[in-house]
Amino acid sequence: MKNKALTLPFVLWAMIFIVVPLVMIVWYGVTIEEPIPYTEIIQPDGSVIYELENGSRTTEKPWQKRAVVSLSNFKRMLEPTYLRLLLRSLKVAVITTVICLALGYPVALILTGRDFKRPALWLMLLILPMWMNFLLRTYSWMSILENSGILNSWIARLREAIPVLDEWLLARGVRRRIIFLYNENAVILGMVYNYLSFMIMPIYTVIEKIDRSLLEAAADLGASPAKSFMRVTLPYSLPGVLEGITMVFVPAVTTFVISQLMGGGKVPLIGDIIQNQFGKSSDWHFGATLSLLVMVVVLAFMGALGRIDKEDEQSKEVRIL
Amino acid sequence: MKTILKKKGFLVTLVIVLALFCLAFGGNGEPADEAEEEEEERAPFAVMPVNPAPMTGETISVYNWGDYIDSEVIDIFEAETGIRVIYETFETNEDMYAKIAKGGSSYDVIVPSDYMIERMIQEELLQPVNWNNVPNVKNIDPRFTHESYDPEFKYSVPYTWGTMGLLYNTETVLEAPDSWDILLDEEYKMDMFMLNAPRDTTAIALVMSGHDLNSINHDDLADAKNLLIRQKPLVLAYVVDEVKDKMIAGEASVALVWSGDATFCMSESDTLNYVVPKEGSNIFYDSMCIPHNARNVSGAEKFIDFMCRADIAAMNYEYVGYAIPNTAAIELWGAEEYNASPVNNPPQETLNKCQVFKYLGENTKLYDTIWTEIISEF
Repeated sequence: MKNKALTLPFVLWAMIFIVVPLVMIVWYGVTIEEPIPYTEIIQPDGSVIYELENGSRTTEKPWQKRAVVSLSNFKRMLEPTYLRLLLRSLKVAVITTVICLALGYPVALILTGRDFKRPALWLMLLILPMWMNFLLRTYSWMSILENSGILNSWIARLREAIPVLDEWLLARGVRRRIIFLYNENAVILGMVYNYLSFMIMPIYTVIEKIDRSLLEAAADLGASPAKSFMRVTLPYSLPGVLEGITMVFVPAVTTFVISQLMGGGKVPLIGDIIQNQFGKSSDWHFGATLSLLVMVVVLAFMGALGRIDKEDEQSKEVRIL
Repeated sequence: MKTILKKKGFLVTLVIVLALFCLAFGGNGEPADEAEEEEEERAPFAVMPVNPAPMTGETISVYNWGDYIDSEVIDIFEAETGIRVIYETFETNEDMYAKIAKGGSSYDVIVPSDYMIERMIQEELLQPVNWNNVPNVKNIDPRFTHESYDPEFKYSVPYTWGTMGLLYNTETVLEAPDSWDILLDEEYKMDMFMLNAPRDTTAIALVMSGHDLNSINHDDLADAKNLLIRQKPLVLAYVVDEVKDKMIAGEASVALVWSGDATFCMSESDTLNYVVPKEGSNIFYDSMCIPHNARNVSGAEKFIDFMCRADIAAMNYEYVGYAIPNTAAIELWGAEEYNASPVNNPPQETLNKCQVFKYLGENTKLYDTIWTEIISEF
């Protein structure tokens, strides 16, 4: 079979870069490192000899470690500290997704509007920033929002120029330097900015493909624009919305750099803790356990979305019948 | 017509936005040249020998931190001895450790930090230095030897040292701080940076609550944890490398920093100063060692001896900028100017209270756990 041979590179790729790492994460997740066991044998002259399990003996205390299967990392994972971090990650991701949807859907709708000239240009302008590295974009937000940043320097100048305003603000307890950065809202802002186009693109693609004659038919039959939106555009764009939600929610729930930079380390998310385990703490085992937890959460979320999608297909068929 | 107008509208918006940005940046920055102070050109401390020794074919391989040596020093060594130096760099102690411990590559001179030296001695990865072949060790200030990581001063020759301390803005912190207590001062609420480094920040909290900074006692660590949780509302952010840019920009008044970063910040800004608080702090060393599997031990000893020579160490200090333990080199470089820096010369009483980090093995996890609890507190 010729076709099967063609899939070989992909199968190989998937094995090496998807299956093997997954197996490794599971293996690391269910094991812990512990010192190799040994027994101390005190010699007649008072010196100590260490005997390993395989019978070999040394005079130096053994320091080597070995991996053993243990569920203790799962127990640690269920401590309130980590569950709270996971809950916060979910909360921040949900808020980010909702904001992206609220901003992205209207944008996609406007771009596909019949009177809208040159949607391709505007789409490109929306996507253009995404061609830049996201760290660079996040750093830009930092230099805008910092205490010594652009926004604060504008505000300072405005207050200098209008002393009345300055006094009014001071009287209301507004400090001369407003702290925009280093809190949860700043993290959400950074995420919305970075992920917004992932919401717009799929919705735009789907709305653009909706058969215009359906909308015309709705208008002919006397439906108001609002009604035809509710009955035609919205149901037909739902697959795009669901895809957009996935594409924003999944990276949002696992991100770590944005929260470190915009939140100044004060708003750690579960991704930050996982990264710490692989970096500073060099406890790959616990890091892997935590990432298994996140994987389960993401899978459950995708499963729930898939179900909505299926139900929607069915209800659409009913409506057409 | 309509589209042209639209286009014009777009252009006008663009111009306004650009103008606003220029305004924001234009006002902020003083001319760049002003900040850069002119430095006197010093005569080089060491020079290339006029008649370089012929290359003998002998080589040594040196494994050091990135950007941690004046490359000219290596050239001089090669010209004087005829030994070729293969120079490689690492980013973290753990990277270096992995390479030595897993075998594979062999180096003749490595430069680990204190706690890593302790670990490598424990694991028999280092060999004792034969002091007879390193006469210039006499230049090393005894204050900086026999530290707990190498109590018998057998395995390591200190290369640089540093401390943890407070970097503060002299314009906003009017009374020069001398105590860690400023980190709990409501006056600086949301005006201080802490290090996003479990071991380091917790160690300072241990000192602040009157405990040993290497403590693994659960009650001591609970005290440190509670102190840091209590402090959290005062902290603007937990940062690592960003602290340098942010302190130079005047983002906050006080920061917990390593002295190496402090040196850099103070060279960029006149309003920053550094202090090692009187309660004591962490002192750290990077020291030259010979790994157990070194191929050219005599070459390694020659290199270490060369690096301890006064003129070479002074020349290297000029480039690296970290405090050095080499008395003769400091004398040669200019003791008065060297000691004027609070980074190089904390009071002896304070220095006596400074301790190196011990290698804690599995117990390092205790620090990670409480650190996660601290930062996830909300």
